[in-house]
Amino acid sequence: MNPINKHNTHIVMPFEYHQPATVRAAVEILRKHPGAKPLAGGTDLVPKMKQRLLEPKHVVNLKKIPELSVVEDRGDAVYIGAAVRLREIEKSETIRRRLPLLSSCVRSIGSVQIRNMGTLGGNVCNASPAADGALGLVALEATVHIAGPGGERQVEAKSFFEGPGLTVLGEDELVTGFTVPVPTEDTGTCFISVGRTALDISTISIAVALTMDGDRVKDAKVVLGSVAPTPIRLADAEKQLKGKTLTEKLVEDTAMKVSESIKPITDIRGTAEYRREASRGMAVEAITKAWREGRTQR
Amino acid sequence: MKIDVTINGRERSFDVPPNTLLLNLLRERLDLTGSKYGCGIGECGACTLLLDGEPVLGCMTLAVDCDGRTVETIEGLGDGDGLHPIQEAYLEEGAVQCGFCTPGFIMTTKALLEEEPNPSEAEIREYLKGNVCRCTGYVNIVAAVQSAAGKMR
Ligand SMILES: Cc1cc2nc3c(=O)[nH]c(=O)nc-3n(C[C@H](O)[C@H](O)[C@H](O)COP(=O)(O)OP(=O)(O)OC[C@H]3O[C@@H](n4cnc5c(N)ncnc54)[C@H](O)[C@@H]3O)c2cc1C
Ligand code: FES
Ligand code: FES
Repeated sequence: MNPINKHNTHIVMPFEYHQPATVRAAVEILRKHPGAKPLAGGTDLVPKMKQRLLEPKHVVNLKKIPELSVVEDRGDAVYIGAAVRLREIEKSETIRRRLPLLSSCVRSIGSVQIRNMGTLGGNVCNASPAADGALGLVALEATVHIAGPGGERQVEAKSFFEGPGLTVLGEDELVTGFTVPVPTEDTGTCFISVGRTALDISTISIAVALTMDGDRVKDAKVVLGSVAPTPIRLADAEKQLKGKTLTEKLVEDTAMKVSESIKPITDIRGTAEYRREASRGMAVEAITKAWREGRTQR
Repeated sequence: MKIDVTINGRERSFDVPPNTLLLNLLRERLDLTGSKYGCGIGECGACTLLLDGEPVLGCMTLAVDCDGRTVETIEGLGDGDGLHPIQEAYLEEGAVQCGFCTPGFIMTTKALLEEEPNPSEAEIREYLKGNVCRCTGYVNIVAAVQSAAGKMR
């Protein structure tokens, strides 16, 4: 076998495959085999294994665990299991109606094939600064449910990420699902992302949620992707909006604040200058759309 | 690991190492070479096949993950003599040049038309976004999907 695997045709290294039926059993396998990797849709993990960036000796398929695959409308929140596939989220009438922001974040991920395979848990645990699903969960102030050998714990989505590919998750822990609060009726939301090509991950993305009382902003969330090591909420921009009556001028000023308060880097997908400039235009559009939507939904 | 997979209507049993990819099982063990190896990392769609009726990428799917499931490839479309209406439409509209991308495109098209028998051009382009063609420039492919939709209605 070609040890270099230049053309990504195989997974070179063998591994042991586990297919637990419960969260408890999955956690036990992770505990017993340090370095074991959970496998959900594999759209992030498998390419890394093929490219020999990761070579786990144990792979734990999570898709046979029924409790990880539920979507449940719980009134003031929707619960989404970690192994629910992106395409199911996209098609879910409940999520489309109650969490339109998350729905549009998920629709923008990859292609139909990628969304048929990939899961929301995988999108979050992969912890890419460009992860669109993760951005939506941070903007909606979702709670991440985690299971480990010591039991369960919960973490706010915005505190879950520690850097590119880094999370608060221990090696023997699993994300089991997300509780996503349903925004109030007077909340308008908008998600915009810009990429180089149709299929590429975002060069920069923004999610905005505005809770309105007429034209007055009661509450604001402004979250950006791909401009920092993790998805980030811009407290300065949010503060600038809160309690104010929205005008075109305020939108412009806030967008300026957005572009000033980010510290993007230059990488293969875009330069720091490009991201700074793009963030301003995208912020104008996203805040304006969320404003209109929040106003009309009353 | 022992797995049972229904491939193009036939139940099959295999004993595969867990690191076997579905695409390699099809191409190397069954000589079903219709599904193509393009990029191997999810970006081209040449390996698209239907798993339980839904388009997925064979190059990133573990064979062991297909235990108990149904796989459909381009080889399963025609009846041995005649072509499937989608295959006919691709040929008639000049949507096939070198043909490397075609099996992937046709499998994605099949899933699209099952979901939405009358898609708009925008819907077609969105659904086929994960399939890349270096030859045709997509115009003829969109025409082929529209023509196939007509044939199948
Ligand atoms: C061509 C292509 C285009 C893409 N486009 C986009 C895009 O536009 N936007 C975007 O955001 N992403 C994109 N992605 C990335 C990827 O598809 C998504 O992040 C997807 O949601 C990952 O989910 P998965 O189930 O496939 O994850 P997997 O690959 O199965 O897992 C990802 C990582 O998370 C771990 N993991 C998975 N589930 C859990 C869990 N429940 N608990 C603990 N750890 C877990 C795995 O061990 C692995 O390290 C793209 C990928 C490809 C190949
Ligand atoms: S070979 Fe599978 S997507 Fe390119
Ligand atoms: S016909 Fe050659 S790649 Fe599409």
